[in-house]
Amino acid sequence: MSELLLTAIIFTPTIGAIVLLLFHPRSDESMKNWGLFVTAVTFVLTLFLLKDFDTANPDMQFSTSIPWIPHWGVNYQLGVDGISLPLVLLTSLISMLAMMASWSIHKQVKGYLMLFLLLETGMLGVFLALDFFLFYVFWEVMLLPMYFLIGIWGGPRKEYAAIKFFLYTLVGGVLMFIAMLMFYFGSADPAQGIPATFDLLRLAEIGQGLVPGVAFSPTMQSIAFVLLFIGFAIKLPSLPFHTWLPDAHVEAPTPISMILAGVLLKMGGYGILRIAFPLCPYGAQWGAYALVVIGVVSILYGAFAAMAQTDFKRLVAYSSVSHMGYVLVGMAVWTIGADGVTVGRDYWVQGMNAAMFQMLGHGISSAGMFFIVGVIYDRVHHRDLNKFGGLAGLMPLYTGFAAGLFFAGLGLPGLCGFIGEVFVTLSAWNYSKLLAVFVASGVILTAGYILWTMQRVFLGPEYKGPHPEAITQMNGREIVIASVLLFFAVLLGVFPNTMFSLMGASMEQLVAAMDVGYQNAVQTVNDVQTTMLK
Amino acid sequence: MTFEVLLNQVISETLTVSISRFGPELIVSATILVLLLARLFGIDRWVTPYWTTLIGCMIALGFATNQYLQLQQGAIPAGDYFTGLMMFDGLTVFLRIFLLLFIILVTVLTVLSGIPDLEDGPDFYTLLLGSAIGMMIMAGANHLLMLFVGIEMTSVPSYAMVGFLKGRRQSSEAALKYVVYGAGAAGVMLYGISLIAGMLGTGELPLIAERIGYLTGSASNFESPLVRTLMLAIMMVFVGLSFKLSLVPFHFWCPDAFEGASAEVAGYLSVASKAAAFGLLIRFCLALMGAPGMAASSPTYLFLGIGLGFIAMVTATFGNLAAYTQTNVKRLLAYSTIAHAGYMLMAVSSMMVLLNAPKEAGFSALEQSELAARSIEGLLFYLVVYLFMNLGAFAIVALIRNEIYSEEISAYKGLARQTPVLCACMLICLFSLIGVPPMAGFFGKFFVFASVFQATRVHWSMWLVFIVGAINTVFSLYYYLLVLKTMYLDERPEGARTISIPLNPNGWYVIFVTAPLLLLILCTEQLTQTARTVAAGLFL
Repeated sequence: MSELLLTAIIFTPTIGAIVLLLFHPRSDESMKNWGLFVTAVTFVLTLFLLKDFDTANPDMQFSTSIPWIPHWGVNYQLGVDGISLPLVLLTSLISMLAMMASWSIHKQVKGYLMLFLLLETGMLGVFLALDFFLFYVFWEVMLLPMYFLIGIWGGPRKEYAAIKFFLYTLVGGVLMFIAMLMFYFGSADPAQGIPATFDLLRLAEIGQGLVPGVAFSPTMQSIAFVLLFIGFAIKLPSLPFHTWLPDAHVEAPTPISMILAGVLLKMGGYGILRIAFPLCPYGAQWGAYALVVIGVVSILYGAFAAMAQTDFKRLVAYSSVSHMGYVLVGMAVWTIGADGVTVGRDYWVQGMNAAMFQMLGHGISSAGMFFIVGVIYDRVHHRDLNKFGGLAGLMPLYTGFAAGLFFAGLGLPGLCGFIGEVFVTLSAWNYSKLLAVFVASGVILTAGYILWTMQRVFLGPEYKGPHPEAITQMNGREIVIASVLLFFAVLLGVFPNTMFSLMGASMEQLVAAMDVGYQNAVQTVNDVQTTMLK
Repeated sequence: MTFEVLLNQVISETLTVSISRFGPELIVSATILVLLLARLFGIDRWVTPYWTTLIGCMIALGFATNQYLQLQQGAIPAGDYFTGLMMFDGLTVFLRIFLLLFIILVTVLTVLSGIPDLEDGPDFYTLLLGSAIGMMIMAGANHLLMLFVGIEMTSVPSYAMVGFLKGRRQSSEAALKYVVYGAGAAGVMLYGISLIAGMLGTGELPLIAERIGYLTGSASNFESPLVRTLMLAIMMVFVGLSFKLSLVPFHFWCPDAFEGASAEVAGYLSVASKAAAFGLLIRFCLALMGAPGMAASSPTYLFLGIGLGFIAMVTATFGNLAAYTQTNVKRLLAYSTIAHAGYMLMAVSSMMVLLNAPKEAGFSALEQSELAARSIEGLLFYLVVYLFMNLGAFAIVALIRNEIYSEEISAYKGLARQTPVLCACMLICLFSLIGVPPMAGFFGKFFVFASVFQATRVHWSMWLVFIVGAINTVFSLYYYLLVLKTMYLDERPEGARTISIPLNPNGWYVIFVTAPLLLLILCTEQLTQTARTVAAGLFL
């Protein structure tokens, strides 16, 4: 049973999408209920995963491996560990909530729900796949639904946004494809009868120099790391590959924005943790400083850009760029001392954990913020920050939820955003004091734009924008979504260990493995130099 | 040996071996006869021509499948027949099955879309089957003569088929352009063939490499005038093949011919003649290099392989970029066809490069032929996928044309609301053409690019081919999406013709053709295995 659980999680939404074909095209309400039911079932299945998950075990659990194209060494290989489990939970939760938020969709409901469910399959597949080929397939599977979800149900500039999203992601995909072939063929040695493989675990072992006979050379690791990093940075998104994000977020319908911000961006971070880092530890160390700098620039640029926005949704989109910068900084604070040994390894572990936590926290808070924007947009049909004001008096409950979720994004202690940001900043201090100062100042900028937004939207004497008559209280469905998100924001903020305990063991193991991998790679470099000197 | 003995030998060989090996072609020929005779006696009023065609092709397909199975079991050994004119091996039979299956699918499409009416039926199907025989001969050619005969037998009926819509000026114009280009290319190729045959004293493909060795001796570089003449001749043969494959710079006919021809014919030409020409190209390239394992790696052929890679690169890029400005769906698909020919040529190029790896690259002979077989495996896989995705796209164009009388992209606005099934299938076909997983097109591209990646180990310039090829995926995205955008994102304008293709036979046909693109993920292994066996047979 447990072998089938992961497969069931991935393909429940697909089956749900196929069943949707049988519905009458005009039975919108029942189709939406069915969609919600399917996402809820998926969520419950992921909870089963959580129940049987052994937090002390850093290795892959619930592993399945079935030969798919054995002739090419491709397997249908799934597994979950401490790094993927929280993200799987996040995905199924956000998908369920976004499905609840989809009641505002009235156009071509059947197509919308089918694409939504296929998207969920793609996302879950990415987090659960342990075969590079399979991972790539799931990664690209998401393109098609996303293009149409933005392109058909989006805002006025939907076509532009959709194609931009598609082009950016496809470029990233092509780079990943090249890296994938490099790893695949690099993992084989026909002379010794070592077959090529797509197995990410085995590739990681090879990358760490643990497999006798084959190894990824430091040069190759560096090239592959750059390719993979660009591929994942586009998704993350970090500067300078972020420009698709504001457009896609702004044009996408609210539920899709929630998914984009809540889940899709995490794939970039997950890809770095699952593939780029373990497969090329040398490359990771080689590029660590660049990564931190890119992260810091993203934090600051995103924050400043957010401050300059007048479109409510665009502001939230740029805040995502800023927040995901923390993820990058946290992951990459890997210092190698003069003696070639990792300095302050605990800080790095802390940074990795914090990066992971930041992804989860941002998944909750940004989905919440997009939802909050969506609620008011559904009523007044505009997002111009300068035309809001006084909503606190008109919609007190809404303002309460909004305050909670925005403060979670701001990083108020006791809410989910705080933990990630503070630990990233702390670990960055060990890495580079100068950069840490910039990271910390990002927190202030964040506070600046969020408080200013709160002021412009909720405070003030009265609402002067268009459609004041349409402002109504949140309905029950909206209250449920907002309170669930707020609940998790508080839960993660107050008991961060709920997540740290899940990921801790795996993260520790990843760090240890990369450390070893780097030492091995350096060893080979030194060996080559010595032989050349002789 | 007296003449009589020789004659008896030929007769007995023909009767015992050759005739049965040539079975599928003979069955198709017989079908043509039946079609023509039936019309002569007016029987076609009762037995419609397409039934005759379908039944004939199915029998031939059954025969060919049986041949394939027997070949696998070793009941029929591979080998040449008709005194060395034709070759019977895995590739021949594979392509026969491929072509016959495709002819059946095209025939069904023409029945559904009604392009040849009852009156024209026998003519159309005669031409269709005639060119099919030509293609099957191309797939099995073992002699320069048969190479030429095959290409011409394919081309001449194709010219007529392109001009089959007799009332349309565009159609006649397209046919004329096709004929002029085709005749030119054929002339150049014939000149090349005569040069090769004259210099080497033989036209048999398996003897060519050996004779080239005798002729040029150790002087296998461009210093020797013999080598230069020979290279010129080889280039000329490539011109003829490039014309069939619509490679840049011999692609000019393709968009015009496709635009003028009916979508059914365009779909037929885009797949079938490509497959046959690739079969021929593989054979010709292998013939130049001689028996596998025996062939000394030659810098000349390495150069030739890289040259093919560059042509492939330019073709793919040109096809993809030129497609941007198209407003007619068939023209757009024509440029897409050109681009895909480029991708597929990359596999042949990497085969040449891998087989001619210099000693320094450190490949063992076994590894070399293994890798070369993988290239061909990728190409064959790609061809099979390409059959479904291109036929699907053209079939949808044809069926939509029957409803809205237009093939302009702008006329497709908002069709998705009116005919969701066709548009969903179009979506699958086009995404497969882009190469987005899980559509089968991705797997084809993956296998081809994997072999190009291997070839980068031999020569650095293959990196260029590889990277440009990969980037082309991104180039191609835009124009395919443009069609989908028009179908899905735009609103149907007021007063536009409404269209409704429910789940009638037309809808089911399209579903049947596109379904393999999705279902192939379940049986990728079986298809790669088959392609593998066929490809490996070439390098035994």
